[in-house]
Amino acid sequence: MPVLEIAAKFGTYAVMAMILIFALGVVTLRNLFHCALCLAAALIGTAALYVVLQAEYLAAIQILLYVGAVVTLIIFAIMLTEHLAEKTVRQNNSQSLLALLGLLGFVALLTGLILKTPWPVTQTALTAKVSVMGLGEALMGTYVFPFEVISIILIAALIGTVVIAKKDDPEEKP
Amino acid sequence: MVTSDQILLVPLLPFLAFVTNILAGRWLKDRAAWLSIATSSVACVIALPVCWAVFQGAHFASQGTWLMLDAVPLKFGYLMDPLSATLLFMVTIVGTLIQVYAAGYMHGDPRYSRFFAYVSLFMSAMLTLVISDNYLLFFMSWEIMGLCSYLLIGFYFEKDSAANASLKAFLTTRIGDIGFLLGFLTLFSAIGTLNFAQMNTIMAGAHGGHAALNTGLLAMAALLIFCGTIGKSAQFPLHVWLPDAMEGPTPVSALIHAATMVAAGVFLVARSFTLFMVVPNILPVVTAIGTITAFMAAFIALTQNDIKRVLAYSTISQLGYMVTAMGLSGLGAGTFHLITHAFFKALLFLGAGSVIHGTHVQDIREMGGLFKKMPQTAVTFIIASLALSGVPPLSGFWSKDEILLAAFGSGNFLVFGILLLTAFMTAFYMFRLIFLTFFGAARNHEVHAHESPALMTVPLWCLATGSIVIGIPGSPFMHHWFQKFIAHMVHHPEYEPSSFVMACSIAVAVLGIALAGVIYLRQKHWATAVAKSFPSFYRLSFNKFYFDEFYSTYIVKPFNALGRILFGFDETVIDGAVNGTGRNTLFLSEIKNWIDKYIVDGIVNFMGTAVYFFNSITKRIQTGVVQNYLLIVFLSVLAFLAFELKLT
Amino acid sequence: MIVLPLPHILIFSLFLFAIGLYGALVRRNIIGILISIELMLNAANINLIAFSKYTSLSPETGQIFALFVIAIAATAAAVGLAIVLALYRVRKTVQADEVNLLKW
Repeated sequence: MPVLEIAAKFGTYAVMAMILIFALGVVTLRNLFHCALCLAAALIGTAALYVVLQAEYLAAIQILLYVGAVVTLIIFAIMLTEHLAEKTVRQNNSQSLLALLGLLGFVALLTGLILKTPWPVTQTALTAKVSVMGLGEALMGTYVFPFEVISIILIAALIGTVVIAKKDDPEEKP
Repeated sequence: MVTSDQILLVPLLPFLAFVTNILAGRWLKDRAAWLSIATSSVACVIALPVCWAVFQGAHFASQGTWLMLDAVPLKFGYLMDPLSATLLFMVTIVGTLIQVYAAGYMHGDPRYSRFFAYVSLFMSAMLTLVISDNYLLFFMSWEIMGLCSYLLIGFYFEKDSAANASLKAFLTTRIGDIGFLLGFLTLFSAIGTLNFAQMNTIMAGAHGGHAALNTGLLAMAALLIFCGTIGKSAQFPLHVWLPDAMEGPTPVSALIHAATMVAAGVFLVARSFTLFMVVPNILPVVTAIGTITAFMAAFIALTQNDIKRVLAYSTISQLGYMVTAMGLSGLGAGTFHLITHAFFKALLFLGAGSVIHGTHVQDIREMGGLFKKMPQTAVTFIIASLALSGVPPLSGFWSKDEILLAAFGSGNFLVFGILLLTAFMTAFYMFRLIFLTFFGAARNHEVHAHESPALMTVPLWCLATGSIVIGIPGSPFMHHWFQKFIAHMVHHPEYEPSSFVMACSIAVAVLGIALAGVIYLRQKHWATAVAKSFPSFYRLSFNKFYFDEFYSTYIVKPFNALGRILFGFDETVIDGAVNGTGRNTLFLSEIKNWIDKYIVDGIVNFMGTAVYFFNSITKRIQTGVVQNYLLIVFLSVLAFLAFELKLT
Repeated sequence: MIVLPLPHILIFSLFLFAIGLYGALVRRNIIGILISIELMLNAANINLIAFSKYTSLSPETGQIFALFVIAIAATAAAVGLAIVLALYRVRKTVQADEVNLLKW
């Protein structure tokens, strides 16, 4: 029904605008804690977008991993390194103007590029459906090698993080 | 026919003796003398047959090419004509006898072998001179003889007087030698040859009017050649070296300065006689110098007290006689006197050496009464003095008489008178010497004399025999064969033998001997009385006419002053220039140092400073803040993108 | 079936990426920088999913890729925060400006 479609499109655009606003909040707010929360909101919005794009599994993973684990970790780190009761300091450094200009140029350039490129949009892709089982088969089949590499990376990161963040205790003699 | 090429061995053998003695002298020691004597006697033995052949009338000559000058060959060779045969005969015999004497006289000398080496070299040179056939070879041997004279006079070189005397001899004869060199070069430019035989032919032709010759050039040549004689034969004014040459050992005085080398000057005039005949203007000069020399030397000899000095002045005087004879165109007379003089003068010197060897003194005032102690020496000495004084029938009488005859016969009465007076003085001073030395009481009782060994007395007797008999070939007993023999190639006047001249010469000789006997045996105070009444004459005689002082003041000192001036110039100007160059170089190097330090190093340092300066600007890009780097990366990527996209 | 034009989604993710990049360049707090990096990765993910949906031959490719990106992002965040903790212990600061020991 066209009304449903229009409403769906409007909703999608609304979600996208909300994500952008929350992103702006991430990069501009003084209070770091607020930034982390804005990040969480942006990530949840992104999950909604994934659902719109018919990647439901990935939306679930997004919320679980990103919002649930990464943002939690970030908040932990903030807690460990900030005194929340302190007066917050200026957040922008000296090169903000230059960065802004550069980025505006960048955005303009790429926007023009995107609009000019003839994207090969195929009907088969639009109508294809991805099931969790299909994902699982792909992961264990075609992409098993990157999967194993990811596991090695995760182990390395695990060990590395522990090593870097551990306190230097005085050595206990046996 | 007698072959004559063996004559080349005659000078060669003594030369080999010289080389051997010089190189192996230390090993040979006393045997060196026997080597010299052996070569000399063998040379004598070889020479005599050839001389005898020439005496019979033969004539030998031979030439070999020495080197090629462009296309003209330079020929050297030997010439055996009467003159050279005579001289060869005399030199070999007298030389050998003197060397035998010297073997005894020089015994014990540390440089024994070197002495005989030099004597052999001298013999070689003299023999070459005698048989040479051109002026160049003659001059070369002349010079070598001068060298030997220098070496032998200065044999006792530790003595200052000997070293000075040898240098004086060399320099004085050098002056004469320069004249000789210029002389024969002038001759060469005039006639184009230096060969004696060719010269004789040319001159003979000119005398007969066949060829036109540049008499002016020839006169100069003759005069210059005569300069050589003045130097070598100790004529006035270059006679000053011969008395001082007595510093050498007595055998040297006998051989070189009495018999042979000084006679070489006279021999030169004899060889060049045809040249002198063509320029008769020169002959009076020759005569004058000879006469002055003869008189002056005899005058000096009257007052000398050193036994060898007296004999030296006697030699100068007799050489003056020979030169006078040559000047009076008496070639035969002069050569005859040369030969006889060689024998008795050598004998006199050897006798004097024997006296010195026996008494170890040389001053006759310290001698006396040696007749009993050294009879052989005394007798031979007296024989020689009689010959020198011109007492017949000894050889000296015949030769001196010929010269007086030439003076008288050619009308030169002044020369005749002077020569007669000189003969008187000769007899006087010789017998003064004899009476003071051998007779009377011994004046110095410290002197213990003894006779010399046989090695020295045998040559004395041989020479005494020669002094007696060598005059016979030129005497009337053989009809003056010698003079004719010598002079047959030269057209010259012959004089009738005059009994007046003979009487005069005998008279003056006897008078001289008698006066000497009276004064020095009986009335000794007469000598001092004469000396007091003629003080200026006495001083002139005793001080040798002040020749040495004159030369020293007017020649030697100015040259030394000139030398000092030139040395000063060399030191200040030339050395100053060299040192100045050094200083300039230092100055330039200072400048260069400054340039190097401030400019070159400045540029190098500037490079470093410039780099540092630019670096101080560009290093600020490394801020240490990671976000800055990130920004730079981002902007770069943006730039690349824009660049790529705009182009496409 | 909602069909947005692909360019819209791409421009949106471009904006998101730009915002994240701005934050990475400008924020002084290091944890702020890490948060901005998460945003950038997120924008990349959106791009991947969009392309997988609209143009891919096999639709799993984009989603598997995005999955891996999420894993890597988490890893990066973890290691980065560990470094921040270590840095805070040593330097007592989490301002990026003040960590400039490699300054000229």
